[in-house]
Amino acid sequence: MITSRLLDLPLLRRSDALRTFSIAAWLGWQIESNWADPLLFAVYAIARPVASVLILVVMYSVITEGATQEPIFAYIYLGNALYILVSQVITGTSWAVIDDREHYRTMKQLHTSPMDGYAYLMGRGVARLIIGTISVLIVVGVGLIAFDLPLYPLTINWGLFLLSTVLGILSLAAIGIMLGGATMMMARHFWSVGEAVAGSLYLFTGAIFPLDVLPAWIRPLGFVFPVTYWLELARRALLGDNVPRFETLAAFSNGQLLGILVLFTIGLLGLSILFYRWALHQAKERGMIDLETNY
Amino acid sequence: MYTDNRAQGLTLFWQSIWARAYPRIFGMLRERSWMFFDTFLPLLGTLSYVFVYRAIQAPEEYIGFVVVGGAMTAFWLNMLWSMASQLYWDKDMGNLELYVVSPAPLPAILLGMAIGGLVNTTMRATAIIVVCSLLFAVPYEPGSLILLLMVFIVTMTALYGMGMLFASVFLASGREAWHMANLLQEPIYLASGFFFPVRALGFWFATFASILPLTLGLDAMRQLLFADAVTLRFLPVEVELGLLVVSSVVFISTAMLALAKLEERGRREGRLIERRR
Repeated sequence: MITSRLLDLPLLRRSDALRTFSIAAWLGWQIESNWADPLLFAVYAIARPVASVLILVVMYSVITEGATQEPIFAYIYLGNALYILVSQVITGTSWAVIDDREHYRTMKQLHTSPMDGYAYLMGRGVARLIIGTISVLIVVGVGLIAFDLPLYPLTINWGLFLLSTVLGILSLAAIGIMLGGATMMMARHFWSVGEAVAGSLYLFTGAIFPLDVLPAWIRPLGFVFPVTYWLELARRALLGDNVPRFETLAAFSNGQLLGILVLFTIGLLGLSILFYRWALHQAKERGMIDLETNY
Repeated sequence: MYTDNRAQGLTLFWQSIWARAYPRIFGMLRERSWMFFDTFLPLLGTLSYVFVYRAIQAPEEYIGFVVVGGAMTAFWLNMLWSMASQLYWDKDMGNLELYVVSPAPLPAILLGMAIGGLVNTTMRATAIIVVCSLLFAVPYEPGSLILLLMVFIVTMTALYGMGMLFASVFLASGREAWHMANLLQEPIYLASGFFFPVRALGFWFATFASILPLTLGLDAMRQLLFADAVTLRFLPVEVELGLLVVSSVVFISTAMLALAKLEERGRREGRLIERRR
């Protein structure tokens, strides 16, 4: 009912890509949320991220004897909370390919229908983005109530936060689509690709510790991922004067960081369109588009 | 006649264990690239937590705690994804049907899965410990190595016993199995103290979390590997070892009962190998 009304909107009727995107987003939500009753689903959406941040809280508290008022605590806490979006968007988009090919076995039907494959994958990532956003809000809420995070609505630079987050999510979606494209051409190890990339970004982008802690020879890796700039900007926007400045990124102004993030986002989106088209062509040529590996 | 049947049954049981363990042990050698992912993924998380401790200037033994905990995540993940979820995957792929119609007993198949998983995960966990220990110069001060080996073996027996029990539970829960396995990662890392001494959670929470074999196993192994860990212990090693022996017996016997019940119900209702998407 809702979907048919949505599809009747003039904007959607005119655009194949938007129509595909909307239907894919609705489909993704159905797949992600219909396996359990809403209460169980809510527990599932909350338990993992809250547990993940509590691990860090306990680690921090054991060493500092609970000095949660120190600026580094908020740095670690918010980094981990925002990182939920990174893993959800990247793995969510690439997993859509695995789900359709190996689990539901609908790739043949999908790719013989007149849909926009790129918009479809973007749409499938939306459900995970929604779940991730809810998780982030809950984790931040827990931080505000239980650990007195220094977040004050009047001092938050909302414009910078929203702009950097939109750019960050778009660049993550682009990375996810490239991984989805790579997955279409893979018969082995596709299960681990999204997780490996998300895990690497957790380590190399300073999500839960300042980049300065990494050995000097690894540190430059952090500069080649947009997540580094997004997390830094988001922390600066949220914490204002309370944000600790670490050597590696302290020299960059907000404007410079934003400029770099814009360039990354445009570059990655362009690259993802080209890569997806190439990967789809390759998968079709090699007969792998509807491959069921049971691997 | 009775003795002959019993001997045949034992031979079949043994052969089934070996047949199921074989692909897990030797498959790893045939598909070596799996080793990379199975070592690399837990390594990433472990390294991140090491750097968090470095960022907050924690004493060096905490780096060791994380390394040992990180290696143990490989066993937890193996138990969860290759043991607890396995019968569900097998049902999805049609293998469970073959198991059920073959004369191989299901408990033997689960035991083979556990032994195979344990062997190949030990290799991965060793790789994680070696890499991290070399990277961060972890200051080990081992106590009794025999006791350490005993704690490890009993912890693994209890853990894989739990995996056998979970296999029946996950099989019965259908497609929610996937989400249950997902749910049992970070919350378990937190409850069992994979990356910090479990004592930090308080006595009663740690007592409750002791139902998970790795809670006690990790605490005991840390005490035996790091001299300073004794001051951060939850319970003395001997007590933890005793509790782990009890856990092993409880988990394995409950797993056998659950499997027999599931098989009986599945055969009666004809739904054991029913596939739903």
